[in-house]
Amino acid sequence: MDLAVTIITGFMILGALYAIHARDLLSAVIACGIVGYGLVICFLLLKAPDLAIVQIVVETITLIIMVAVVLNTSREEAYNRLDAQGITQMALSLIMLAVLFYFFYVSISVLDPFGKGTLRMAQAYIQGGAGKTGSANLVTGVVFDFRGYDTLGEATVLVTAVLGVIAILRLKGKK
Amino acid sequence: MTVIVKMTTRLMAGIIFLYGAYVIIHGHLTPGGGFAGGIIVSGAFILVTLAFGSDFLNLQKEETGSTATENLSILMIILLSAAGLFCGTKIFFLNFLPKGIVGELISAGAIPLYNIFVGIEVASSIFVIFLALVIFKEEDTI
Repeated sequence: MDLAVTIITGFMILGALYAIHARDLLSAVIACGIVGYGLVICFLLLKAPDLAIVQIVVETITLIIMVAVVLNTSREEAYNRLDAQGITQMALSLIMLAVLFYFFYVSISVLDPFGKGTLRMAQAYIQGGAGKTGSANLVTGVVFDFRGYDTLGEATVLVTAVLGVIAILRLKGKK
Repeated sequence: MTVIVKMTTRLMAGIIFLYGAYVIIHGHLTPGGGFAGGIIVSGAFILVTLAFGSDFLNLQKEETGSTATENLSILMIILLSAAGLFCGTKIFFLNFLPKGIVGELISAGAIPLYNIFVGIEVASSIFVIFLALVIFKEEDTI
């Protein structure tokens, strides 16, 4: 399973890199789809069907909207010539990447192996979740009972986002 | 759109809507829940709008309606979570309804109600975002 997740993650990285460098914006959008659908397969392999359902539907709807937006443009990416400032920034970001990777490597060497061992808090949820909430699906029990405040915040964020979209996307009354 | 797309949409949209409703209602028993099912339901509405199209006035009417639905359902979620303050031990987000037997459809107290209202809210907000983009483009051409 680890091998499969590694291969899919590699494909996702390739798709993301291609999406940055594609000349045609439509192929860049399709390459973004590789990242999203690869993530769906990763969620399924890591036994998270709740997340996989949300991710596959959101990815499809986002792709539809992005394709509709791209088809209304000239579909060509603006070409930037590489100058001295660009080379400096690229070197700085490579150094930053190396430093981050080093500290990441140091920090994961002291953690548990992936998927093994649970935190004390999570252990209590798994043991008494069904009895305390009465919900057979443990994820829903945690989301709507133990972590109710978080869910209320998420729903409020969605409402606020819609208010922002409606406020920005109007032509009448803009002046 | 062509006849093939319209016919396929006519056959599929209801099934997609039913599947979304199933995912929402069985959220406390099977994988899924309010967020996942709500997005599937909004997908059915988006499919119908894309396939059949609609005139400008109808779209605006639909946008007003879904905005009202969305705000009413978030209000219901807040009222439901505050209802725990008035029952028993006075805790915010108290699961105040009887729990029932684990694994039955009507069980888990207030969790199915939260699932249903979150589902309505997510479905209408995703649909409002889609409609806002469509209306913005049509307004541009008038």
